[in-house]
Amino acid sequence: MSDATTWRAWLLTDAPTSRRHARLASFYKGWLSLRGNTMAMVGLGILVGLLLMALFAPYLAPHDWKAQDLGNRLQPLGSPGHVLGTDSLGRDILSRLIYGSRITLYIVTLVALIAPVAGLLVGTIAGYVGGWADVVLMRITDIFLAFPRLVLALAFVAALGAGIENAVLAISLTAWPPYARMARAETLTIRASDYISAIRLQGAGPIRIITRHIWPLCISSLIVRVTLDMAGIILAAAGLGFLGLGAQPPSPEWGAMISEGRRFILDHWWVATVPGLAIFTVSLAFNLLGDGLRDVLDPKDGGIE
Amino acid sequence: MIDIQNLDVWFGDGHDRVDAVRRATFAVNAGESFGLVGESGSGKSTILRAITGLAPTWSGRIEIDGQILHGKSRDRTFYKNVQMVFQDPYASLHPRHSVDQVLGETLSLHGFRDIDTRVVKLLDDVGLGTRFRFRYPHQLSGGQRQRVAIARALAGEPDILLLDEPTSALDVSVQAEILNLLCDIRDQRKLTYLMVSHDLPVVGHMCTRLAVMKDGEIVEVMDVAQLRQMKASHPYSQSLLDASVAQ
Amino acid sequence: MTLLDVQNLWVKFPTRQGIFDAVRGVSFTLGKERLGIVGESGSGKSMTGRAILRLIRPPGIVEADYIRLEGTNLLDLTEKQMRAVRGQRISMVMQDPKFSLNPVMRIGDQIMEAYLLHNRAGRADARKKSLEMLEAVSIRDAERVMRAYPHEMSGGMGQRIMIAMMLIPDPKILIADEPTSALDVSVQRQVLDIMDALVKERGMGLIFISHDLNLVAEFCDRVLIMYAGRIVEVCDADRLHDAKHPYTRGLLNSLPRLDHPRDRLEVLQRDPAWSDAPSVGTQE
Repeated sequence: MSDATTWRAWLLTDAPTSRRHARLASFYKGWLSLRGNTMAMVGLGILVGLLLMALFAPYLAPHDWKAQDLGNRLQPLGSPGHVLGTDSLGRDILSRLIYGSRITLYIVTLVALIAPVAGLLVGTIAGYVGGWADVVLMRITDIFLAFPRLVLALAFVAALGAGIENAVLAISLTAWPPYARMARAETLTIRASDYISAIRLQGAGPIRIITRHIWPLCISSLIVRVTLDMAGIILAAAGLGFLGLGAQPPSPEWGAMISEGRRFILDHWWVATVPGLAIFTVSLAFNLLGDGLRDVLDPKDGGIE
Repeated sequence: MIDIQNLDVWFGDGHDRVDAVRRATFAVNAGESFGLVGESGSGKSTILRAITGLAPTWSGRIEIDGQILHGKSRDRTFYKNVQMVFQDPYASLHPRHSVDQVLGETLSLHGFRDIDTRVVKLLDDVGLGTRFRFRYPHQLSGGQRQRVAIARALAGEPDILLLDEPTSALDVSVQAEILNLLCDIRDQRKLTYLMVSHDLPVVGHMCTRLAVMKDGEIVEVMDVAQLRQMKASHPYSQSLLDASVAQ
Repeated sequence: MTLLDVQNLWVKFPTRQGIFDAVRGVSFTLGKERLGIVGESGSGKSMTGRAILRLIRPPGIVEADYIRLEGTNLLDLTEKQMRAVRGQRISMVMQDPKFSLNPVMRIGDQIMEAYLLHNRAGRADARKKSLEMLEAVSIRDAERVMRAYPHEMSGGMGQRIMIAMMLIPDPKILIADEPTSALDVSVQRQVLDIMDALVKERGMGLIFISHDLNLVAEFCDRVLIMYAGRIVEVCDADRLHDAKHPYTRGLLNSLPRLDHPRDRLEVLQRDPAWSDAPSVGTQE
């Protein structure tokens, strides 16, 4: 008990004694204020659950996700052995959902790695360098922004061929322009600040200023934006899956599952509804977490007055 | 040390052109502290920004330590020789960098190897001590932040410090501490100061000579003795004097 | 005659490290006079001004035995009644006019709106009154200013316009929170003179919050010196330079002076006992 309180005091200190200490302390303070936000914690809980579900899918799933049983098809919710029923080929929907979480996480991670990084690069370079670089980069961004997202993704998938990887690539290619816009706007304000002038007066070059001084400030708002966009990305992936351009049939991708279930939606509503609810839950979780992170990551955290 | 002749600084082009400084001429000797005084918008800070290359469009002649400057590019020796302390300590430190990072990065930019010992020494020199080394700016008071900013400016061991209203954002008691610190450092390191301020008593305390600016022009250069006797030759400087000591 | 009587005012903010007391047991009275509140940043002087108008946002808490405005305890009023007090009976002028004026509305419309909010009158009346007010704060070409947008005004003009707006409902008390800190010295004086004249003419009470000791000494009748949320000293403004409390003396001595050149400025040595000692009362 007393051990825990000394740890807490050590982490909450105002006078850290080493680099590691300082970093841990600021991390802990962020965690504390995130913990104070109940809704964000609910979101985080759901996402941790999703992660665990994906990790332990083989142990959690009651059935083989591709095992067909045509004699047992379209069983309703709560039927023996199939809590969430079975689909048109008699596959267990719960097992498919559990395995599908892997695909969802895979898509989300890849997009989250590609789109914001591309946006950050383009945006900060355009914002910091200015002049012609700014004009050229931002016009390219505008062109991408002018296309409806799903239509552009459709075009990419059509050109590259159907499949999850191509769907991810297509979504990323359509998702980066807003990040570039945002990063540029932030860079413009940061560029004019005294601390950037100060480091320029120490002889720092543009690459160092962009990577060491501007990125750390842009990243927090970018992370928030990404978590808020995650819902949209999952939905876009599901949309592509639904149109048959993302994950291909046997795969238990949630969007593809809805697409298959749509034929029976009037008589056997659960086949499409259950994966739909899963998409809804995860999207909501990302939104809640993003909202909480926005409060934590805001660099303007000061005292009173 | 600093020799400025016919300096014009402007922003914008053609129709939108604003002349921030017009035909400014003055010189600062080595080891001297020179003040630039004026109200907001008189162009006093702009002169500092032109010297450091932060205001790119200027004409005239700026000579620093025998070296004539051109355009906005400055070489490494310039940055080692000339440093600046900004007005607002809340805006001049990167919000996500700890004191250690700020000073460490500056030292490595100036090519020093023994960064650890130098960071400790710098903190010591500005009266902060190593307790503050790993703090972030939001854990520091305004005066402490300004000390960090001064330490950063001293990191490259410059000969010239440009001070842009270094205490106007601080409380008077903290202002006294910072002004004392600046005086001590000047005596120890034989620094040359070019100080911008709107506060005549502060300039009177720090500087030996000063230039009064109005609407981008230097209306008068006088020494501190004249200032103390309240004897300005230009009516504008006189009115400024009267306004700041009317009691 | 007492306009405002504040007894044992506390402003508290709950933080992760426990409750932070921004103002700790402050009591004072205000008559038809100019009362200065001086202190450094974090001394609670602005919080005191805002607490009187109950402008402290949650989670901040305002507590007091009473805050009486001509007999009525402001703490007992509902939020709706409080809105009528703000502006109508107590007005506040903030530090930077840039943030207090709506940037996309013409100045004339803003002043007229303020007038119409508090008075039943036609637009023509409001316009006439607005012009009068602008002239009262020494704005010469009032007609032009009425048509202008806030960004076209200089800082001094902006602050005069703010004062004009605040005075339209004819309040009993004006709270001015660092009204001239963002202005140049020469403009500072003009604005102060205008405020001074208006306060005297109308028999108002003025609470002048500032960090500038000399300015307050010159401009006010009575001065409260605040330190760490408490009043450490109360004195007549013209006798501020004979102040006794070491904090006040320290503040005065730490200022560089043109007529007294010194090699080193005196540095204020803070004594923890100052913040522990109870507030000095001002019951007269």
